[in-house]
Amino acid sequence: MNINLVAFGIARDILGNSTQKFDLKKGNTIEELKAELTSEFPKFEELASLKFAVNETYQQDDFLLSENDEVVIIPPVSGG
Amino acid sequence: MIDIQLKDNELKTADCEAFVASDAAGGTVIFVGTVRNQTKGKKVLRLDFEAYKPMAIKEMRKIAEQAMQQFDALKISIHHRVGTLQIGEIPVIIAVSTPHRAAAFEACQYCIDTLKETVPIWKKEYFEDGEVWVAAHP
Repeated sequence: MNINLVAFGIARDILGNSTQKFDLKKGNTIEELKAELTSEFPKFEELASLKFAVNETYQQDDFLLSENDEVVIIPPVSGG
Repeated sequence: MIDIQLKDNELKTADCEAFVASDAAGGTVIFVGTVRNQTKGKKVLRLDFEAYKPMAIKEMRKIAEQAMQQFDALKISIHHRVGTLQIGEIPVIIAVSTPHRAAAFEACQYCIDTLKETVPIWKKEYFEDGEVWVAAHP
């Protein structure tokens, strides 16, 4: 299943791009995306936290992704 | 009433203060965040802020809505800046008015503490010998 990744901050540095198509080979949940992403880009595992947003809202591990979803990678935030 | 702004130019305390003014208010608390000149003894040259803008605005609004309810606030104004900021410049202002002062302090603290935890905004610190995304690593 293809999804569209969007990355900010250090996540963009790790991914190498601010947007990128990603082929999720196994499964269709955020949890499975996280596993596949960290196995392809191990530096994600070194972050203090790694969250995901779909539809401009944080989504939990069991959130079901659909083909062509825009999934935003949210590394540890540091506003303020 | 709630006022949320994400701006790429100078933030002004007077704007937030004016928004939260109310005849029903017994007090207004304004938090002003400023760019500090050092981190753990290392000289900071400047900061870069970036945001996932639509979600950052949504999340700031959620925080303000929660604070309105939880602390019976009258008005809340949250302004955050993005882009490059120099030492002493203001990346964030939070103003809260409430009927009684204690709640204004609590609501303001709740807003800034929660903003730092949930709002998708990131800052990069530039030092003389390199740069780092703040809080990225444990």
